[in-house]
Amino acid sequence: MADPVLHLSNLRKSFGALQATDNVSLSLVPGEIHALIGPNGAGKSTLIAQVSGRLRPDSGSITFRGRDITGLSVAQRARLGLGRSFQISSLIPAYSARRNVMLAVQARQGHSFRLLRPVQRDASLTGQADAILRRVGLIERAAVPAEELSHGERRLLEIAVALALEPACFLLDEPMAGMGTEGVGALVGFLRDLKHSAPILLVEHDMDAVFALADRISVLVYGRIIATGSVDEIRADPRVREAYLGDAA
Amino acid sequence: MAETTREYLVNALLAVGLLLVPLWALWADEPFTITLFTRIAILGLAGVGLNIALGLGGMVSFGHAVYFGVGGYVAGIMAQHAFNGAPILGLPASNQMLVIWPVAMIVSGLLAAVIGALSLRTTGIFFIMITLAFAQMVYYFAVSWPAYGGEDGLPIYVRNRFPGMNTMRPWDLYLICWGVLMAALALFAVLRASRFGAALMAIRQNPDRVSAVGIEPFGIRLAAFVLSGMLTGLAGALMADLARFASPAAMAWTMSGELIVIIILGGTGRLFGPVAGAAILVGFEVFFGGMTEHWKLWLGVVLLLVVLFARGGVLGLVAGRERLG
Repeated sequence: MADPVLHLSNLRKSFGALQATDNVSLSLVPGEIHALIGPNGAGKSTLIAQVSGRLRPDSGSITFRGRDITGLSVAQRARLGLGRSFQISSLIPAYSARRNVMLAVQARQGHSFRLLRPVQRDASLTGQADAILRRVGLIERAAVPAEELSHGERRLLEIAVALALEPACFLLDEPMAGMGTEGVGALVGFLRDLKHSAPILLVEHDMDAVFALADRISVLVYGRIIATGSVDEIRADPRVREAYLGDAA
Repeated sequence: MAETTREYLVNALLAVGLLLVPLWALWADEPFTITLFTRIAILGLAGVGLNIALGLGGMVSFGHAVYFGVGGYVAGIMAQHAFNGAPILGLPASNQMLVIWPVAMIVSGLLAAVIGALSLRTTGIFFIMITLAFAQMVYYFAVSWPAYGGEDGLPIYVRNRFPGMNTMRPWDLYLICWGVLMAALALFAVLRASRFGAALMAIRQNPDRVSAVGIEPFGIRLAAFVLSGMLTGLAGALMADLARFASPAAMAWTMSGELIVIIILGGTGRLFGPVAGAAILVGFEVFFGGMTEHWKLWLGVVLLLVVLFARGGVLGLVAGRERLG
């Protein structure tokens, strides 16, 4: 296997007596979608927070593109190329869809201390933002404030913002949450292409989507990874069935 | 960027009205009216400063009077030294406004950098309280510093000078203040439309999202806080020249409150919000202040009505809701 882009090794995080992350190791290699699944309360959000930088692990390390990023801030990790989307849409509510994407383009270009030139007339921002909105199918809604977009549109805008960062790896936290069947179908197709530009660590509840997309699946239960493997391996694993999948698989 | 045609109109009306009414007062020989408008322009300028931190950045500084007051002391101290011919820290003092303003802005900016760097580690009510605490510290320092007047303040015997103008004439001083206010408004508009402004307004709405795209909110906030303090400091220098008096009262917490009131009344984050707010405040003081010494009660009622029914302030009321585009 190629060198991993993102590698978590022996992460531990506890809140009081609760071991929310218990010795988790996991890697993401180029070109793959690695799905992280687990029942509610398994510690997925805590794990994602450590990868994105919002929480510091008690021990263990996170390596990203060959560099130890365990001590870096959220913004520093983003600048290194970690592009994330949020489980609950987290956008700039009063900004239009276009301005939300423009902000990410601006962040990637790294000139946020420019005081003079108006952003709305900066073609390097508007042009790229519109290209990305076209790619995710939101261009018709470019001028609508994020707070007035539908739930599904906001999910797409989350993806668009992550795309605008041109990251080296995507960290997508339940991108399908609350989307209709049609939306999920379209997004599955989109992510299948996207993984070739950068690998995706995908946290997702929609099992059909996970089985359709994932190259590898890791199953998190009570803060521990109980199994990692291909779709077929995970489907067949009796521990996984017992802990999580029940009869659905 | 965000202004609707209607807001452009209201803004233009305010800018021109602010010039025409005092011009009429000049013609009618009503110097008191000109002085009132000078106060509006100066308080509006202080408000434009605070509007960068509070309106664009969402930083509720309850200590902005400190920059207002410090700017005034810079003007007062420079004037005194120039009057006595005594150097300041080995440098010759000057009674030229064009020298005093940059000094006032640098001193307020440095103070804002220190206070901001410490306060911006907190948010919400803690930020409000810590900015208040710093301002009060400086206030009590000024009150107990006898070299420059202590609690009596520092008189300015002759107003500082401006090339080609006679600053002792109300109309000349007014023109200077109006010009500075317009320049500050232009700066505010440019800032708001820039990348910096885009990041700053985004941080106000959702700092986590801004971090996640790779912009560190702290640096942007701090830079905005410093710019904000600098403009408010400049206003303080002008106010001291208008009153011919640098007063520690300009740094008191009530002044910080008044600046916030100006912003809320006029419309938080709106370009001409502080100008409208300052006009209302001074108008109330003159109109109701002539009838009762409890005029602030009526100001309180209006503030309550604005907060309850017109969250966008007066500008929101006449020009509609702001769209950030």
